Amino acid sequence: MDYVLITEQFLNGFQLGIILFLMAAGLTLVFGIMDLVNLAHGSMFMIGAFVGGTIAVVTGSFVIGVILMIPAMLVIGMVVEMTTLRTLYPRDHLDHVLATFGLILFFNAATRLIWGPEGLVVPLPDFLEGSVALGAGITYPVYRILIIVIGLLVALGLYVLVARTKIGMLIRAGASNRTMAGALGVNIPLLFSVVFGIGAVLAGLAGLIITPITAAQIGMGEDVLILAFVVIVIGGIGSIRGAFIASIVTGVIDTMGRSFLDVFLLLFLPENAAESAGPALSSMMIYILMAAILFFRPQGLFPPKGAT
Amino acid sequence: MLKKLVGTAAALTLLASPAAADIKIGFVTTLTTPVAVIGKDMRDAVELAMEHIGGKMSGEDVEIVYADDEFNSQKGKQATERLVLRDNVDIVAGYIWSNVLLASAPVVLNANKILISANAGPSPLAGAQCNENFFNIAWQNDQTPMALGELLNQQGVKSLYLVAPNYAAGQNMVAGVERTFKGKVVGKDMTVWPTQRDWSAELSKVKAAKPDGVFTFYPGPAGPAFIKQYQQAGLEGQVPLYSVYTLDSISLPLFEKAGMETVLGTKMTQFWAPDMDNAANKKFVGDFRKKYGRYPSFFAAQSYDSIMYIKSAVEAVSGDIGNIDGMRAALEKADFDSIRGDFKMGNNHFPIQNFYERTVVKDADGNWTTALGRAVLTDHQDPYASQCKM
Repeated sequence: MDYVLITEQFLNGFQLGIILFLMAAGLTLVFGIMDLVNLAHGSMFMIGAFVGGTIAVVTGSFVIGVILMIPAMLVIGMVVEMTTLRTLYPRDHLDHVLATFGLILFFNAATRLIWGPEGLVVPLPDFLEGSVALGAGITYPVYRILIIVIGLLVALGLYVLVARTKIGMLIRAGASNRTMAGALGVNIPLLFSVVFGIGAVLAGLAGLIITPITAAQIGMGEDVLILAFVVIVIGGIGSIRGAFIASIVTGVIDTMGRSFLDVFLLLFLPENAAESAGPALSSMMIYILMAAILFFRPQGLFPPKGAT
Repeated sequence: MLKKLVGTAAALTLLASPAAADIKIGFVTTLTTPVAVIGKDMRDAVELAMEHIGGKMSGEDVEIVYADDEFNSQKGKQATERLVLRDNVDIVAGYIWSNVLLASAPVVLNANKILISANAGPSPLAGAQCNENFFNIAWQNDQTPMALGELLNQQGVKSLYLVAPNYAAGQNMVAGVERTFKGKVVGKDMTVWPTQRDWSAELSKVKAAKPDGVFTFYPGPAGPAFIKQYQQAGLEGQVPLYSVYTLDSISLPLFEKAGMETVLGTKMTQFWAPDMDNAANKKFVGDFRKKYGRYPSFFAAQSYDSIMYIKSAVEAVSGDIGNIDGMRAALEKADFDSIRGDFKMGNNHFPIQNFYERTVVKDADGNWTTALGRAVLTDHQDPYASQCKM
């Protein structure tokens, strides 16, 4: 084991964490502020990938795909909120789960009808292909570095939006006391539509920027969604800061587990046992982490102020 | 007016329910989920085979009942139950996935019906759990990677890193390579199947291990994703990538479209290639390309072969499909013109056949395909046959 490999694996984990953060940020806003369990958030991840990917393929430019995906997802997210989810707010969480699960089936079937079952491959521009030397013997794919940079910029932007702007103030007010904010004249329905739209844009961005690596597939959002739920539970529901820290921690732990757990187990297990226990245990690690955090801090690491 | 309507309705009803076929074949494959592109290729091949035989075997009408396994062993088992119990098919064929086949096989075999795998060849069914009514017309999972292990020895590869999905077939593929490869295995990663689509951690480990070669197996759409990331990680050109069942006519057009020229020249092993020189294969590949405008994958080739294989047995019993002993005897003989040329059925009802080197090339028209090389293993029988008591 050498420092080059450890550094690379840390970067890999960090990059996974960034994708998780983009998913979890929207999820935690919607869950924390609107009190809505939104399983269809994974569908936004997928639709962002397909819509943005198609624009990128048609225009021949991945950058244009990313830029045009943002208003498209904002509109799609707000339309979904206004047409379907709005009626669900007074109902309990089980109804949310049922209805948004229905949305998943709807979006998966719609994607199959429009794009066919084979998915979509989105090529990268030449300057993003290949790897770059970071010094000290470490080389890392250019595109994954870009993902990390984009994620950090989005995190910074979200921080400014939530902590420094009027709309952020309204979001925080809505999160800590919806009724009071409404009584003070805040247009709660519009606020919710906008929040949901922002969440959809973030999920769509996550889906689109991972597509050149993994290709867009029907149902691609569901696996990420599960991890994103783990992240918001660890981070504290409704907290962007918690979502960011929990995403990075989850991404790094998951990746480190996949890379080094089998080597570590070899120290005190025979080769066969280590080989089979390694993958099994590493896929459990983040859930073990979640269970431990729930045990000591049931409200998550960074619950938002005023949330009950 | 009303009369006309009634008449039309009656005619439509007649159209909708054709005379019940004499022979019903259930065909299980994946028709939904992202891997449905494999199922589509297989169904297209079966449809072509039905066209070639005029929808008849030994003069009897044949009906194919397609069933979707939804890429899930439990759903596949339920689909098989519906075929056997509700549709009452005479023969069940198909199966892409080893785990689906392992879950579904008992349903067919307990009903004393014939089961023909058109792709999956898991080791239990070739060894201790072999069954008189089970036949595989493709290969046993270990065989192709065993050929690849030989190929690696011939190419002078001394150290190898293995990356494969952690399910029945992935384990068989890795075991197969390790069985014949004489060099040192410097690393092995079994990844979560089918959900893991990002191999950054594994590829970083490969880079650190600096092997002479990497072996991989990712069927369906995961394959292109893996190879793309291999390239992005800067491994291509540094460490040659060897694969089985990963680069085929389903994935190559994607690379062609993306202009990833580095895939050309990649080596693999297989029992068949589109340019194989025999009459049955020329007819199959030629008509497939004419009808669908693309090269058939090995999945398609095996599916086409399985219909021809069934036809040979139905003809041997003169269409009396109830004569299961006669059917079985004919299937053991495997006397038909296969797209792979001559082969024999082994005692465990898996083919004894040649495995060839295959290389990714451009054809005369510039389409990307694979070209047959020399035989790496000849008349090869799988290593589990001796455990089968038939």
